[in-house]
Amino acid sequence: MDCYVCVQEANFDVGAEYQTLAQDPQCGAVVTFTGLVRDLPGGGLQGIELEHYPEMTERLLLQLCERAQARWQVKAIRLIHRVGMIHLNESIVFLGVASAHRKEAFAAGEFIMDYLKTQAPFWKKELTQTGSYWVAAKASDMDAVSRWQQDD
Amino acid sequence: MIKVRFFALLRERLGTHEISLPSQGIATVNDAISALAQHNSNWSQIFTDQEVIAAVNQQLVDKDQSLQSGDELALFPPVTGG
Repeated sequence: MDCYVCVQEANFDVGAEYQTLAQDPQCGAVVTFTGLVRDLPGGGLQGIELEHYPEMTERLLLQLCERAQARWQVKAIRLIHRVGMIHLNESIVFLGVASAHRKEAFAAGEFIMDYLKTQAPFWKKELTQTGSYWVAAKASDMDAVSRWQQDD
Repeated sequence: MIKVRFFALLRERLGTHEISLPSQGIATVNDAISALAQHNSNWSQIFTDQEVIAAVNQQLVDKDQSLQSGDELALFPPVTGG
């Protein structure tokens, strides 16, 4: 089982990440997700500053990938999360899961993203022309993760 | 001593990213938070109105988790990555 996790300031190349996952002839499915910096409903967002807890972040992300591997038949996972200054419409996070069949790849990918959103120690601050504001956590993200706990 | 680290909004509101807390009389994360809240009235208010998540030695924990001298306790607001 191949699992790559990286927390970095630099942007990443989604195409190159996909190509890395698509090499294995035993894999019939590669599911990818890319999270982007989204504008505010009324516009005016310049970008975000993403803080994290460096000693904990990669370790927790690796634990999430290992839990997904233990639960579904997946061949490879690549998970990259950016930190620092990220401009409007740039990528924040990439997740790719390769498996023999699509259902495992979709499920493992949703599981990892749902837990990442509620457990990984990252915090977003929105930068606008009128000031900067910490993003509040969403109750819907907690609801999303609860479905995996019910299945345990 | 217990090393306590703060992140994001909590770090900004407290005005510090790290302090050392004497471990005497502190058995759990809840005890540590109570001790921090007694630092001054401003901190007391912050720990009353701010939802706080805890990690001990880089693992997420419940607030009844035990603490020992030498542990690193991290306190932070609910996470917003992804």
